[in-house]
Amino acid sequence: MPNIIKDQQICDDNWQVWRDAETLPETGGYIVPLALWQSNKDALKALGDVAVFLASDESPKALGADIAEFELIAVDFPKFADGRGFSYGRELREQFAYKGELRAIGDFMRDQLYFLSRCGFNSFALENSDIEESLASFKDFSESYQPSIDQRLPLFRRR
Amino acid sequence: MYTYDHFDRQIVSQRVAQFRDQTLRYLDGKITDEQFLPLRLQNGLYIQRLAPMMRIAVPYGTLNATQLRKLAHITRKYDKGYAHISTRQNVQLNWPKLEEVPDILAELLEVEMHAVQTSGNCIRNTTADQFSGVAADEVEDARPYCEIIRQWSTFHPEFAFLPRKFKIAVCGSESDRAAIMMHDIGLQIVHDADGNTAFKVFVGGGLGRTPVIGSLIHESLEPKHLLTYLEAILRVYNQLGRRDNKFKARIKILVRAMGADTFKAEVEKEWAHIKDGELSLTTDEINRAKSFFVPPNYAALPQQDMQALALESADFARWLQHNTHEHKVSGYRIVTLALKTVGVAPGDITAEQFEAVADLSERYGFGEIRSTHQQNLVLPDVKQADLFALWKELVELEVASPTVGTLNDIICCPGGDFCSLANAKSIPIAEAIQRRFDDIDYVYDLGEIELNISGCMNACGHHHIGNIGILGVDKKGQEFYQVSLGGSQGLDASLGSILGPSFAQTEVPDVIEKVLETYVNLRQPEERFLDTFRRVGIDPFKERAYA
Ligand code: HEM
Ligand code: SF4
Repeated sequence: MPNIIKDQQICDDNWQVWRDAETLPETGGYIVPLALWQSNKDALKALGDVAVFLASDESPKALGADIAEFELIAVDFPKFADGRGFSYGRELREQFAYKGELRAIGDFMRDQLYFLSRCGFNSFALENSDIEESLASFKDFSESYQPSIDQRLPLFRRR
Repeated sequence: MYTYDHFDRQIVSQRVAQFRDQTLRYLDGKITDEQFLPLRLQNGLYIQRLAPMMRIAVPYGTLNATQLRKLAHITRKYDKGYAHISTRQNVQLNWPKLEEVPDILAELLEVEMHAVQTSGNCIRNTTADQFSGVAADEVEDARPYCEIIRQWSTFHPEFAFLPRKFKIAVCGSESDRAAIMMHDIGLQIVHDADGNTAFKVFVGGGLGRTPVIGSLIHESLEPKHLLTYLEAILRVYNQLGRRDNKFKARIKILVRAMGADTFKAEVEKEWAHIKDGELSLTTDEINRAKSFFVPPNYAALPQQDMQALALESADFARWLQHNTHEHKVSGYRIVTLALKTVGVAPGDITAEQFEAVADLSERYGFGEIRSTHQQNLVLPDVKQADLFALWKELVELEVASPTVGTLNDIICCPGGDFCSLANAKSIPIAEAIQRRFDDIDYVYDLGEIELNISGCMNACGHHHIGNIGILGVDKKGQEFYQVSLGGSQGLDASLGSILGPSFAQTEVPDVIEKVLETYVNLRQPEERFLDTFRRVGIDPFKERAYA
């Protein structure tokens, strides 16, 4: 059972990522591509727990009203330098008021954890660094200028 | 000038600690080269032909004497005793050691400086008119808004991994001295019909291999909406900007592909969600920012007669005419220090000069210095009565070349001597031109001319917007130079037109000479080079250059 970081703690996790956008998995417990979800909603729900991930060129707008159906939505980072997912996180939280688990998957790196969490991500399937050591990166800064999910007021309204 | 409070100090100090840790992990092999790249770039460190180079941020070109002394110390302790003023008003070190960079950052923090986001695909240091706060033609001081933008953009969690770099410039005067039309976002402060402050917002300008002049997407943005509107622009760009091809990744390409109107509509859609939210600026915050830039204690002085002053000496008179500008306060003048000594790379400055300029800024002003995108320095508040004494000291320091705004005030990128992307050298071209046109009377007779040189199409030397632009190109492995004419910055910005086939290095001074002769023959009384070019077009220049 792989470990992930959730709410800044290391914990066990049962979800697995299913990247095939054409074939259905045989059981529940998968995080599936948006396209697979869109064309097989009922079949996927019938399998049990299902979550969806957004590729880096898929805006949360494409999920629309379905957002409310999920307890977990993931955003894929094909390369850590591809920063679209940071905007998707904020959009999900701020414009779609998504309250469930928001997970980063893919090639993002430890040194992005602080920014990702400020953009609304609260779970991280970190693949490329030591997960224990990485927890320190959430504490890179104790104060920021901009508003975020956990601090709605920008610094200038609190000075 | 802005001074840090405990929040600013803590944020920058945690940044130093973060980068120290990242550097150690990199040296330990726990971070790959590829992962370390954006981390070091966003701390100003990039690796070049000869050594790492480091870019230190000078927010909107404003420095104080203490900071200059620290820069002098840093160049001595960690580098070779000199630095370079860049075309984005920053300070660049040519030879720092990777493992010492965290120490340099810690030293910078002592004087409230940093290298945050001076490179990499993020929001870069915001630039401004170097005469902000003192220019006679100023509508409103750009610096408070630049500082507000600096804080908003510093470690913005959403915009640290953009498709490409992102540059914002602000100008608060009638004449644009910040090249705002050539920036990803250009802001011009205006007063509306009722005298209220507003911003004109231009988007999608830029140089590089595809030069584009920015498009106006908001006529009159209220200051309280400044940050929400910027955030909306960035969010659209972050999501829709191209990431498949780094040469097509700047916002200019997106704005062009979508069309400015469609782009604007997308921005407005995004803006509707956040407009009037928590990020809206409060009057308190705007006033807090302005409180750092209140005018210093100017003495009540009469305006001096400049022509009478000029009688001191002919050399002084030339300098007075070219290197000083009108100040908004009676009895004062703005002085530009030319970092354009022949034989020294344009913009280079030694540790000794840094220290001497620091002293001068205290003796002839309020301890403030500006850097300019023309790679010069400025003493903003000099008493007119002190100009002659100051000039004598500047001559000693070799920063009084009376050529500001002339052919010899060349903007030049580091080029092939330092830069691994270069097609050709640029510094020796600048020097050859300065040597060819060493007759100062001829240079004055030519009047206002901007000559800009880049060593490749990345355009760090702004060649597209030089009245005369020179671009290094590679021709079968040989260094060649393409000449373009008629570019200009400012609110009527234009991009240069290519003269024709490129030239060998040794031919360049001759070609420039022919171009200038053509101008002298065709110009009408008092007509600037740019205006003559705009009137007659490129053909007469072409005929003469290739005759
Ligand atoms: C020697 C190391 C340098 C390298 C490798 C470098 C590289 C680049 C590259 C690749 C671009 C094009 C970016 C794009 O269009 O997306 C660029 C643009 C630019 N560089 Fe540099 N540069 C260097 C030094 C400098 C220096 C020293 C200055 C200032 C004197 C400078 C000022 C600029 C400016 C103003 C632009 C903006 C052009 C635009 O708006 O597109 N660069 N640089
Ligand atoms: S214009 Fe080209 S040669 Fe000059 S510094 Fe930029 S990248 Fe290097």
